[in-house]
Parts: sequence; structure tokens; C-alpha cells
Amino acid sequence: MKNIKFLIAGTLFGIIMFKSEAASWYRIQEMFRFQSIHMFGIIGLAVGIGVPMVAIIKKFKTRDFSGAPIVFHPKAWSIPRYLIGGTIFGLGWALSGACPGPIVVNFGAGFVGYLVVLAFALLGTFTYGVLRDKLPH
Amino acid sequence: MIMFLMLYFGKSFGFSNNLRTLCTMCGADKFAPFFQFNWKTQSWNLFFLIGAAIGGYIATNYLTLPDYVVGISEETIADLSALGFDRPEGYVPVSQFSLEALSSVKNWLILGVGGFMVGFGARYAGGCTSGHAISGISDLQPASLLAVVGFFIGGLLMTHILFPLIY
Repeated sequence: MKNIKFLIAGTLFGIIMFKSEAASWYRIQEMFRFQSIHMFGIIGLAVGIGVPMVAIIKKFKTRDFSGAPIVFHPKAWSIPRYLIGGTIFGLGWALSGACPGPIVVNFGAGFVGYLVVLAFALLGTFTYGVLRDKLPH
Repeated sequence: MIMFLMLYFGKSFGFSNNLRTLCTMCGADKFAPFFQFNWKTQSWNLFFLIGAAIGGYIATNYLTLPDYVVGISEETIADLSALGFDRPEGYVPVSQFSLEALSSVKNWLILGVGGFMVGFGARYAGGCTSGHAISGISDLQPASLLAVVGFFIGGLLMTHILFPLIY
């Protein structure tokens, strides 16, 4: 079954998110108050490894496990899209204390409130899809 | 590390795309062209999502002591208690995320509005923390940097200006 590796990667992601406390509502509150280096350390570490990793992959044209080239998808530049969309996301991130990954991790951990967050996140995504043509991009 | 695994598997790392896929599976393709795509091409990411839930379950039940408390700074504890939150007693505040908390209309509003903005904003901005802050910035994409600036504008606004009004 070819999808099993994604299931395992997801499980690892869930464990790392939980154990690093990046999925904790408390850590998000602390981050937006700049009262600890914890979350910035996690994101900084990921980016600190990610930047050279992507640069190396690009330089040596590394291929994935099946031999296909690894492609990066550059995002088209737009100010309103990223600034407004990002700000709305940030408001929700601080209010619910979780971004999409941790919503699912917390639900798996048994905190049922996140099922409500997830349901409304789906509704939000649906609303965006319907209104897409009317929004500045 | 997870990003490397996903790139190695020939995919790009971004969690919130799953929300769009789930919408399509639920029939959203009848309402907007944005949802008209073959969701089966995204099924790998749904396996990642299921894995994330399993990971959360394993981590809390087998890798964490029962009396475990998230060790946030005293300053944050003081700020939160000023808003009416108890000292942390676990991973997330039970007053907000437990089954009992769902008997409060205000909690439904907080969770619902928060979730809605996460889902709406993530798709509008074309990605969430994993797609922009981790993957996008690792690829030195200016758009991702701007999105992360937006995340923080929104987060700071909520934490410092709106929280005292809500709680």
C-alpha cells in the first residue's frame, strides 16, 4: 500500500507536534506574548534546517525515492492575498490556539473541543472557495 | 525532518490543503469551481492527516505522564490568569476544550469563530504554518514571508487587543 508511508510520516508529525508542545494552546499564547523562546526555537530550528536543505536539493537536483525530480512551487506574489489572508489566519490561530496540523493532533489526543474547531475550519475553507472570485488576490 | 520526508516522497509539505480536499469529498464541488478537482490525487495528504491524529493519540496515551503540565513562563501564566484562566493543569485548558466546555455558548463561539478564521485564512493566504512558515520560508519565498507577517499581525491583534474584550 503506497500511502502507508504518509500515514507513518503523519504519525511522526503528530508525535513531534505534541511532544514539542507546538500543539499546545498555552505555547501559542506564550508565543504571541513573546514570553519564551520555545515556539520561535521550534520554528527557527525547522527553518534553520529547511533553508540549507532546500538549497542543497536545488543545487544537486536531488531526486525523490522514485527517481522523479523534487519540484518546488514558487508562490505568485500578491500583497492583499498574503497580508489579508495571513492576518485572518493569525486571528484564528491565536483565538483557537491551533493551526490546522495541531487541530488534528489535539483531536487525536482526545480534546473534543478541537472537533468543533475542525468542523468550522472546514466551513471557513468552504466559504473561501465560494467567495474566491469576489476577494482581492 | 518531516518536510524532508515529504519532499523525498515527492510531495510538498502543507497541512491545510487537506481542508479543501475534505470539503470536496463532502460535495463542495457542486458549489464552487475551487473544489472541482479529483480529491483522490490528494489522498496521500489525508493519510498524513490520519497519521497526525494517531500521533496525537500515541503521544498523549503512551509517551506522556498523567501529571504532565506544559511548562509555560510565569509571565504568561500571570497574563492568562488576569483573563480568568486557571494555572495550566495539562496540555490545553480544560475550560475550553473538554466535552463539558461544549455546554457553554461562548466556548462554541470562540472555537467556531477561531476555526472558521483558520480555515478561511489558510486557504486565502494559500497555506498555513507548515506550508508558509516552514516550507515557504525554507524555499526563501517572499510571499510566504509576507503571509507569516500577516499571521503575526492577526495573532498579536487577537492576543493583545481582542482577548481582553473576549475573556
